[in-house]
Amino acid sequence: MIKVENLVKTFGTKRAVSGISFSVERGEVLGFLGPNGAGKSTSMRMITGFIPPTEGRITVGGFDMVENPIPAKKLIGYLPENAPAYTDMTVFGFLGFAAELRGFYGDARNKAVHRAVEQCFLEGVLHQSVDTLSKGFRHRLCFAQSILHDPEVLIMDEPTDGLDPNQKHEMRQLIRRMGEKKAIVFSTHILEEVEAACTRAIIIDRGQIVANGTPDELKQRSDLAGSVSVRVLGVPADIIKAKLALVPSSRKAAIIKEGKDGVWARVYPQAHARNGEFARAVAEAVTRESWKFDELHTEEGRLDEVFRSITWSETAKENK
Amino acid sequence: MNSSVALRHIWTISKRELTGYFASPVAYVFLVIWLLLVGFFTFMLGGFFEMGEASLSMSFFRWHPWLYLFLVPAAGMRLWSEERRLGTMELLLTMPITTWQAIIGKFLASWLFLFLALLLTFPVVLTVNYLGDADNGAVFSGFVGSFLLAGGYLAITSMTSALTRNQVIAFILSVVLCFFLLLAGFEPVTNLLSTWVPEKLNWVVNLVASFSFFTHYLNFQKGVIDSRDVIFFLSAIGFPLFVTGVILRNLRAG
Repeated sequence: MIKVENLVKTFGTKRAVSGISFSVERGEVLGFLGPNGAGKSTSMRMITGFIPPTEGRITVGGFDMVENPIPAKKLIGYLPENAPAYTDMTVFGFLGFAAELRGFYGDARNKAVHRAVEQCFLEGVLHQSVDTLSKGFRHRLCFAQSILHDPEVLIMDEPTDGLDPNQKHEMRQLIRRMGEKKAIVFSTHILEEVEAACTRAIIIDRGQIVANGTPDELKQRSDLAGSVSVRVLGVPADIIKAKLALVPSSRKAAIIKEGKDGVWARVYPQAHARNGEFARAVAEAVTRESWKFDELHTEEGRLDEVFRSITWSETAKENK
Repeated sequence: MNSSVALRHIWTISKRELTGYFASPVAYVFLVIWLLLVGFFTFMLGGFFEMGEASLSMSFFRWHPWLYLFLVPAAGMRLWSEERRLGTMELLLTMPITTWQAIIGKFLASWLFLFLALLLTFPVVLTVNYLGDADNGAVFSGFVGSFLLAGGYLAITSMTSALTRNQVIAFILSVVLCFFLLLAGFEPVTNLLSTWVPEKLNWVVNLVASFSFFTHYLNFQKGVIDSRDVIFFLSAIGFPLFVTGVILRNLRAG
């Protein structure tokens, strides 16, 4: 549905986006990750046709966004950053206005508005002025606007920003549900969101894609992924560390925490080690030493760690 | 795209903009101030009664270029700057509409609002007809001129409001620009200009004056609807709206 090829955007001498390419099909939810100022919003603005790219091509549903923007824009629902809305209108008026611009008039307009209002739980504020809405409602209103025409492509810039935990949860579920039939791109810097809602994630930094894969694939890139943590009771930490380092195919061992309730140690596998086997090897080592232990598990790898290592090393490279 | 879709979009945008005016008391305050000022200028400064003439040219229409100088920028300053400030421009311009439809729709909404303001001055027309045998053709011509003049000012305001997200700056810029365009043909100024330039180059003075709203409005005020003046005002509306489009485009291109 969305195809982005070699997208470049420069503002004056600053290169905000430098050559990103990806595509999103129906049924995919693509998470756009990256530090602030990485070029996420700029990319989304280009995809939705708000700003023209300096170089590169964007096609939505086969229509070129620069050459043929109207049919391309018809396919898109867009929730801009900070959820802007006309403050001098009522919720109903605003949605009606958006519906008319989307080509719904009369009965069809009212139907579209009511459907969106229901989906976003806006009944209670339908005739309230946008001015008086809380941030959560404003957000939902702007979201309602973006799904009015049941678009095939949904693009959202930080859809959960400023929502409370319940609303965030609701929004993620909504995204997930809609992602079954639509092509969705959303940006965020909350990493749990990616795990909760995305089928694929792209990490961009300094205008370039630095990682692209499913959340699980990305997590595999974490240093932590596959390591085994164990809590041992009544054994000095340095002995634990030394013995665990001897476990077959381990790379290194480390003490995470020492306390009254035992010592938390972690063993990192070598690259070729397989998850289950490695955990068994650690368990065997611990039982061989006949240490008392009450917990042992394989770590999954954490996205935030991957995110940090990728975006940091890139920054460091540039600084050299 | 077919034109009926374009017209529908323009009308949708105009409608939104118009309801925006009346959603706050500002529109009503604006109308009241306008009517008070028009009344004051017509009957006190314009000497409507003292003149003893059944005409609106010198008492009523005469003041419009000066009153509009402040009122039209006030009515139009929010057109694009508010859109920029709220961030709704991103929403509007990612809808399946063209930038032109948005520019024209917004302009027409403000113009309609000014038309309404002008319509509300109808008691003046009733008065002059009641008191004497007025030349209603001339009155009509005056209204046409006044409406076109307001459109000219408004197009400039649309342009200045696209330049900034601050309404006050848009207002001031617009007043200054309109003031220059007005003065260029204002008699004291043209007289001053002719004393500066040598006799041979008098065409320069005429050229400058021909760019002025004032020169062209004067004919309407006298009761003459000349196609040249109409065309002048239509281009004076068209050009700043075109520039508005260029500004918005540059803004988006970054």
